[in-house]
Amino acid sequence: MELLGSAILILARWDVVAALLVGSVGGVIIGAIPGVGAAVAIAILLPATFSLDPIVGLSALLGIYGSSMYGGAIPAILINTPGTAVNALTTYEGTPMTERGEARRALSLAYSASFYGAVFSIVCLILLSPVLAWIAPMFGSREIFLAALLGVILVVLAHRGQILLAGMMAGFGIWLNTIGLETLQYSQRYTFGQTWLSGGVDLIVVVLGLFAISQAFVLLVESDKRAHAEPITGGLLSGFKELAVYKRVAAASGSFGVMMGMIPGVGEFTAQFLSYTYAQKTSKTPEAFGKGSPEGLIASETANNAVPAAAMIPLLALGIPGEALTAMMLAVFYVHNVIPGPGLFQNQLDFVVAIYLALLVLNVLVLVFLLFSTNILLKVIEIPTRFIGMAVLTLSFVGVYSLRNSAIDCAMAAGFGIFGFIMKRFSLPIVPIILGMVLGGIMENKLRTSMMRVKTPFDFVDRPIAFLLFLIIIIVLASHAFGLWRGFRSSRESNR
Amino acid sequence: MTQQHEESTHRPGVLIFIALFVLFSIFLLSQLAAETRFVPNGKLVEQPRFWPAIGVLLMVGFGLAQIALSWRVKAGWDPGEVAVWLRAFEYLIWFMAYVAVVPVLGYLATTIAFTTALAFRQGYRGVRSLGAAALLGLTIVLVFKTGLSVKIPGGAVYEYLHGPLRNFMIVNF
Repeated sequence: MELLGSAILILARWDVVAALLVGSVGGVIIGAIPGVGAAVAIAILLPATFSLDPIVGLSALLGIYGSSMYGGAIPAILINTPGTAVNALTTYEGTPMTERGEARRALSLAYSASFYGAVFSIVCLILLSPVLAWIAPMFGSREIFLAALLGVILVVLAHRGQILLAGMMAGFGIWLNTIGLETLQYSQRYTFGQTWLSGGVDLIVVVLGLFAISQAFVLLVESDKRAHAEPITGGLLSGFKELAVYKRVAAASGSFGVMMGMIPGVGEFTAQFLSYTYAQKTSKTPEAFGKGSPEGLIASETANNAVPAAAMIPLLALGIPGEALTAMMLAVFYVHNVIPGPGLFQNQLDFVVAIYLALLVLNVLVLVFLLFSTNILLKVIEIPTRFIGMAVLTLSFVGVYSLRNSAIDCAMAAGFGIFGFIMKRFSLPIVPIILGMVLGGIMENKLRTSMMRVKTPFDFVDRPIAFLLFLIIIIVLASHAFGLWRGFRSSRESNR
Repeated sequence: MTQQHEESTHRPGVLIFIALFVLFSIFLLSQLAAETRFVPNGKLVEQPRFWPAIGVLLMVGFGLAQIALSWRVKAGWDPGEVAVWLRAFEYLIWFMAYVAVVPVLGYLATTIAFTTALAFRQGYRGVRSLGAAALLGLTIVLVFKTGLSVKIPGGAVYEYLHGPLRNFMIVNF
């Protein structure tokens, strides 16, 4: 109770509430604009939060992170264009519902399912926190190294059909992180004698280039996509009643979202595909899926929105981000001198609880905002895409230049922008670069410190958590190898 | 999604992009000894060379494996794709010109000029569209520099202004 009171005190400040409000409302608007998304917005706003108090900056960015998928459902349902990439499945059910005149029903269902998924996930997070606070101190250097290694492996394996490319990009990220002065022997690595490379490649510069500037280029080179959506008449609260009818699907999808969110490298896509498949397989009307099934819509939106809070678990407890957005959040934590990891749960548990409460408050804010302003948001969908590209490019300058007023940073970000643009043209995986950079740095530090106390290779896994993580890594790799072998064997048999 | 990913390596130009990336990786591998240090008698994991080597070897290994697998894919080459890349390069030049001019003319004037000129380049000719672009520039400056006080230095031209006005411009715009 004392902990809760302390957490409420952290949040009960006008600037924190304002940041939450701006972040959550801004996140919905950004999510509703096709082609922008939370990653671009967080990348741009990240440096702007440096001058703010840690909890204020984090609240604003958490707001964007937690609310963008709500907004992304609007164009997905009304104009068959997902606002954010993870709303793609919503189009399968939302658009047919709109076409048969049920747009209000679809939006209402999406909002209520999203709200349910997010709150379910936050409640799980709060219930799990005593367990996390108990387990987190058991994570020493070698456990964190193994967890980060597992994260890299899962990120690569999660890119089905592109595993080799994802591995290549993860390697690129690991290499990028090593550029500059290393702090053990104080030697330069891959600086090619250039002093401007001595400080290394800043994660934020890479993130801004790969996510924001590249997206600006994508939008600027394409022709304008103008969309028009009919205004919605009537209330949007009825979705909660319908959600209660499909409570089994909602509960299962929320659970999938929480489980997949907690595993580094997996995230929203896997969560929603698992939920959608489960909902279809267990439905009394599986033939309605893809033709405007409310169950499909609930499965997709609940799972999506359950992921962000769950993804905070490995980030807060171990300091290991599971995907690009949490990697950016990690940068925010570091900048504000809040070091996620076991120590955070031991020494600043009130801060952790404040983050949970902030997530809860922002979901309420978003729901209230959406209930009253959906028709206003329809105007956002109508903004020409090239105009948005122009805004993203101009805003990217603020993000990069305000870091250290360096034109070289801007040139590097622009270079990564072109690289990201080409990768996006070819649908190549970008996220492993960011996770390779972040997790590569963690692995390097933790392996060095853990090897000081290790005499033989067996010592490395002589603690229960380390052994368990090692076992999971072996199982993941072995099951993937087995899957490859089975696929190879079946294709050989079909060729005969 | 998987099918879309598999098809991504079949698109014109993608193999060339991957091949160029692998060549870059091989170049990095060739520079490993020159660009990183090896401490004699030191532990392997404490070598400054250890992690760069892992990164570069992953790039080369996975890259070569990808090329070997995609070798038979006849994706061809589409000159139109290069034209799209060049169009993106044009906006890179716009961006870098913006970066170069801000310290001279100041954030406010440069941003309004940049958004308006870019809107004009995009083909927007109406007063409403160009006005909206200028307003966008003004809003960005007011929110970030005036409101959030992000670290963007004042323009060199502000030095020609007198006392309080000069300070006001440096602090807010």
